[in-house]
Amino acid sequence: MALLEIRNVTRRFGALEAVKDVSLAIEAGEFFTLLGPSGCGKTTILRMIAGFDEPGEGEILLDGKSLAGVPPEKRPLHTVFQSYALFPHMTVAGNIAFPLEMAGKSALEIRRRVGETLALVHLEDKAASFPHELSGGQKQRVALARGLVNQPRLLLLDEPLGALDAKLRVEMQIELIALQREVGITFVFVTHSQQEALALSHRIAVMRGGRVEQCDEPDQLYTQPANRFVADFVGKINLIEVAVTASSKVLLGLHASGLGEIAATDPRPLAVGEKGAFALRPELIRVHGHKESADLKNRFQGRVRELLYLGDVTLYKVELANGAVIEALMPNAAPGRAKFHEVGDAVWVCWRHDAGVFLRN
Amino acid sequence: MNTTRSRPAGFAKWIVTLPPTLFLLAFFLLPALIVVLAGFRETGEFGGLAPVDSVAALSLDAWRFLLGDVIYLEIFLRSFFVAALTTLICIVLAYPLAWLIARSPKQRRDFLVLLVILPFASNFLVRIYAWIMLLGPAGLLYTPFAVIVGMVYAHLPFMVLPLYTNLEKHDPALLEAAQDLGANAWTRFWRVTFPLSLPGIFSGSALVFIPVLGMFAVPELLGGTGDILIGNLIKEQFLENRDWPLGSALSIMLTACVLALAGLAAWAAKRGLHGTEAVT
Repeated sequence: MALLEIRNVTRRFGALEAVKDVSLAIEAGEFFTLLGPSGCGKTTILRMIAGFDEPGEGEILLDGKSLAGVPPEKRPLHTVFQSYALFPHMTVAGNIAFPLEMAGKSALEIRRRVGETLALVHLEDKAASFPHELSGGQKQRVALARGLVNQPRLLLLDEPLGALDAKLRVEMQIELIALQREVGITFVFVTHSQQEALALSHRIAVMRGGRVEQCDEPDQLYTQPANRFVADFVGKINLIEVAVTASSKVLLGLHASGLGEIAATDPRPLAVGEKGAFALRPELIRVHGHKESADLKNRFQGRVRELLYLGDVTLYKVELANGAVIEALMPNAAPGRAKFHEVGDAVWVCWRHDAGVFLRN
Repeated sequence: MNTTRSRPAGFAKWIVTLPPTLFLLAFFLLPALIVVLAGFRETGEFGGLAPVDSVAALSLDAWRFLLGDVIYLEIFLRSFFVAALTTLICIVLAYPLAWLIARSPKQRRDFLVLLVILPFASNFLVRIYAWIMLLGPAGLLYTPFAVIVGMVYAHLPFMVLPLYTNLEKHDPALLEAAQDLGANAWTRFWRVTFPLSLPGIFSGSALVFIPVLGMFAVPELLGGTGDILIGNLIKEQFLENRDWPLGSALSIMLTACVLALAGLAAWAAKRGLHGTEAVT
C-alpha cells in the first residue's frame, strides 16, 4: 500500500479548475516531485495534502486512511515553506523545538532531538541565533530541521530552494539528497525547475493546467517523454513535425516534409499516415563536416546558423533543407572532433536510429 | 568621489535639521528648564514666583511640602493606577478590533481605520460632554467608573492604530507554519501572533499611558471630588492656588516618573522583544 494516495482529486476556485482529476500514489521513503510551470496546480495539491485546502472531489489517503476533515495541525506531516516562515521571535533552537513542544515531548527529549537535528543540518553553532541573523542557506536548513525534527510521515517542500542563488541552490540540492537518504522520510517536493526535479527526485509528476501529464522516473521522463509538453518542459529538445510511413515491430519509418525519411524505433504499433512530432535531444545529434564520414542512419544536410561556445560543450543551431532549425549539443572533448564548425559552414547533422521518440498528436 | 558627495550631504543634513532643533530648544527645552528652576524657587507675595533678587532665590520649600503630605503620594499612586487600568482596558478592547481590521479585505481596511479616527473630527470637550449626558441619567456620573470610561474612550484609537499597523504586517505564512507544525488556534495566538504584536502593544501603551497620566479634563468633567489626578493637581497649583513652585515640583516628579518608565520599557523591549522587529 502506498504511503500517500491521491484519488481522483479535483479542486475548483470559482470557474477555475486548479486541479483536474489527479491521481497519484507516493511510496514510503520516496523523493517525489511535482513539477510544472506556475499555475499548474502543484502548490494546490501540496496545500491539500497539508490540509490548508480540501479537495472538491476525490480524496487523499495517508496509510490508507482518508485525511478529509483532518485539520493541518492533526496531520502527521510537516511543510517547508517557500518563504521558510521561521518564527522571527524565536531562536533557531526555539524554532526547531516548536513542533516537539506541540507534540508534548518532555524537555529532556526536546533538548536531545533539537541537538541531533541541528547536527544533521550542520548548524550546531547557530542554536542561539535569531532567524534574521542567518544567511539564506542557513534559514533554509533551519526550515528543513524544523520540518524533520518530529519525524513526520511525510515532508512537503514548497519550492524551498527558490529563494537561493544559483550556486547555493546546487549545494543545497546535494545536501537535500543526502539528508533525505539519511532520515528516510518521504519527501514531496514542489518545483518549477526541471533541472532541480531531475537532480533530486526518485519520481516526478509533470503537471500542466491542473493535470498530471506524465509521472515517471527522471531518466524515463527525459528519454521517453509522453507528449510534446513533457518533452519540451523537461530539458531542451528538438521537435520535428512528421508522419508515420512504416511501422514494423520496433522499427519506425517517419517522413518529415521537405527533409526526407527518418529512421526511428517505437515498440507501439502505429498506423501508417499518423501525424506527430519526432522529439530529439540536442546532445544525441552529431554535427559533422563534409569530409568526415558518419556511419549513422539519419543524415541530413544543413548550414550552421549560430553557435554558442559554452566551454565543455558547444551548441549549434543548424538550418536544415526544409528551413527548420535544429539544435545540437556537441561535447568539446569528443574524440574525432578535428575542428570547430563556423557560422555559415555546410554540415551534416546525424543521429542514431534509436535516438529520438515519436510523439503522437 | 565619496567624500565630495558626503560633504554636501552632511551640510544639507544640518540645514534640514536646524529649524526643528532651534524650535525644540526655544519652545521645549528652555521652558522645561524654567519649570525645573521654578520648582526650586519661592512663591511670590501674590502667588506666582518670588522676584529673582529676593534673598532666598532658591529653596526646597515646595519639595518639603510635597514630600511632607501623604495626599500627594496618594494622588500619584491613583494616577498611575488609573493610567495602568486605562491602558489595560484599551489593550483588551483594541486588540480584537485591530486584529479584525488587519484581517479584513485590503480595500476595506482604510475605511475601517478611518472609522476608528473619525471621533477626532469633533471637539474633544464636546465628546466628553456627550458622556456627561450618557452617564448622568444612569447615575454613574462623578464616579471613578466615569473617569475610566472617559479615559478609555478618549485614548482607544491611540491603542488601535499602532496595534493595527503591527498586526497588518504579520506574515500569514507564520500562522500556517505554526498550524502545520501542530499548533491549535489558541496556541497559534499565544505563541506567534501575541509575541509578534508586543511592539505594537508597547507603542500603543506608551501613547495611552503617558497622556492619561497628565490628563485633567476627563477627571474634572466626569469625576467626583475624590477622583482628582496629578494633572488636576498641577493645573490647580498654576491656575487656582498660584503656587508655581509646587506646581513645578509636581511637574518635575511626573516627568521623572514617565522618563523612568519609558527607560524601563525600552530596556524590557530590547531584552524581551528580540526578533519581533523583523516581523515583515
